[in-house]
Amino acid sequence: VRVALFITCIGDTVTPEVGRATVSVLERLGHEVVFPPEQTCCGQMHVNSGYRPGADRLAARFMEVFGGFEVIVSPSSSCVGTMRELYPELRGRLFELSELLVGRLGVTDVGARFAERVVYHPTCHSLRVTGVGDGPLALLRAVADLDLVELPDARECCGFGGTFAIKNADTSTAMAIDKCAAIVATGASVVTAVDSSCLLQIGGRLSREGAPVRAMHLAEILAQDASG
Amino acid sequence: MSAGVVGDGSAPLPPFPAAAREALGDAQLRANLGNATHTIREKRNRVVAELADWEQLRAAASAIKADVLAHLERYLLQFEQAVSDAGGVVHWAADAAQANQIVLDVARAHQVTELVKVKSLTTDEIGLNAALAAGGVHAVETDLAELILQLDGDWSSHILVPAIHLNRTEIRDLFRRTIADQSVSDDPRELAEAARRYLRQKFLTAQMAVSGANFAVADSGTVCVVESEGNGRMCTTLPAVLVTIVGIEKLVPSFADLEVFLQLLPRSATGERMNPYTSLWTGMTPGDGPSEFHVILLDAGRTRVLADEVGRQALHCIRCSACLNVCPVYSRTGGHAYGSIYPGPIGAILTPQLYGIERAPTLPFASSLCGACYEVCPVAIDIPSVLLHLRAKAVAAGVAKPSERVAMATFGWLFGSRRRFSAAARLGRLGQRPFLRRGRIVKLPAPLSAWTRSRNLRPLADESFREWWERRR
Repeated sequence: VRVALFITCIGDTVTPEVGRATVSVLERLGHEVVFPPEQTCCGQMHVNSGYRPGADRLAARFMEVFGGFEVIVSPSSSCVGTMRELYPELRGRLFELSELLVGRLGVTDVGARFAERVVYHPTCHSLRVTGVGDGPLALLRAVADLDLVELPDARECCGFGGTFAIKNADTSTAMAIDKCAAIVATGASVVTAVDSSCLLQIGGRLSREGAPVRAMHLAEILAQDASG
Repeated sequence: MSAGVVGDGSAPLPPFPAAAREALGDAQLRANLGNATHTIREKRNRVVAELADWEQLRAAASAIKADVLAHLERYLLQFEQAVSDAGGVVHWAADAAQANQIVLDVARAHQVTELVKVKSLTTDEIGLNAALAAGGVHAVETDLAELILQLDGDWSSHILVPAIHLNRTEIRDLFRRTIADQSVSDDPRELAEAARRYLRQKFLTAQMAVSGANFAVADSGTVCVVESEGNGRMCTTLPAVLVTIVGIEKLVPSFADLEVFLQLLPRSATGERMNPYTSLWTGMTPGDGPSEFHVILLDAGRTRVLADEVGRQALHCIRCSACLNVCPVYSRTGGHAYGSIYPGPIGAILTPQLYGIERAPTLPFASSLCGACYEVCPVAIDIPSVLLHLRAKAVAAGVAKPSERVAMATFGWLFGSRRRFSAAARLGRLGQRPFLRRGRIVKLPAPLSAWTRSRNLRPLADESFREWWERRR
């Protein structure tokens, strides 16, 4: 399948390894990835911060860039959910990575091997807006040597919330502290999710605490090659 | 706290972020809240899971409320007629002051100087107790938690569990100072007994009672109050004069509609299949209950909310408080940080609409948009969408800091072209160099210091994804 990659603004500039991993997984499965170069940001930050005119311009721009593609994938559930809410015609065409793999392509075993104890944090948008369901867990269970452990209070928000993390930094931090405590208590060495933004919050707090847990996007784990 | 919100007149409420910071610093409060909200949350989940048609009930409730709001005038007139036919007197109050004056006038007509009250958010919203006190009438709260707050000069921090921020030791000390003797312990049974003895005498002597209403049935004129302690039943049956204050959004078309709401409300509110007391009355019954019954239909900002096509769904709220208990923000900050009698997620959309966005500009931003509130709301209010709508209204009203407006405009401009976006990323990479410590950013100037005070930040990558993609070609 020919898949257009929507990398997102954070994915392009802060976490490019997630995009590289997404490309690697899809190509390994025999799909063609294209990268429309005009893409920038979907405008979610503007929507969530109350800047509707700015958001509308960016969302329209997204549609100009991606409107012609039959299958679009992004490693960010939150951007995917926002765009599908704004443009219902994107349903069935714009997928978060695990949705594409499990739902559209029917794959759970992507041929990855990862010998670590991993805990999965279901991000709020992936649960309640985008509705990715259990796909990420199915993918993780199929990774060779991966020890998947359950996260207590998994459905509780990590406190990121976009500009909420700045405007209400104290509340956001209180939420992050509780999330990180739950993660650390599992004894996992890696926490994973389908949103780089939430992983910046969780990883940023874990790093500040000096906790022995790394934050990795699901795509990075799936890209760990079983043969290599 | 006077008329439902902190402060007087038209001054803005204290900003949420600062109020939240103060609350977060109170370890006792954090512990009380964390325990209480998690307990109610789990009870609610258990009893909701018992109903296979929960989602259909939610959809039905939402549809009933939407119908009521779409035909509000017809239902209100129908209700007025039905109450009058059943011997009640209906008053219309455009605002809090009018409603308070009507209650005061009724009290004066009967030379009442003390009355008993059923727990009612609506009366808190209009500041009834203070208005009555100013007119020489003392209102006694008879719900245990409301009584505690009244004795303490405190105010509610939760829609359903108003004294959730206090523990029993604090309550014992308060009772020893006020209504009980020094021997009372912090055993909940003893505390309840002390309150019961105090209240029993009030119920038996009161000549007048004031209640709110959970529901008002348009075609029959029936009023419904649900409660757990029996104090409401006492208030609505013993005193000779009863005044019920009803927000105009509380109507349901017919008696059968209660079937939907009386399943949704207790399970969502207290995690019970049924609430212990459901009082229903229609006008007056000679020889039974009050001999004079007044209903006050209250607007107080509701028609303004109704005019907003997105925001009006906030009027569907049945005050169950499930959204508070599940909210990651509320369960850490508590209710007082919201500065309003309506706290939590529903408060964040109701307060700015009832009182005006300029008075509560920070409340729509007091949410991480996690969506847990929408998921549990028994009447399916899409709180995250209304929050976004109100954020846009707040920004359009000019409440944002100039620095934020400039930043958002700049980002919008940069994102408007891939060249500008890429150039900005390259510049950012240079600009961040002084802040890098072993591949992490640990300290940034304001406003980003708000992030780095408690969290490290990943820097912009040395090679962006698109640079890698180009190189790979």
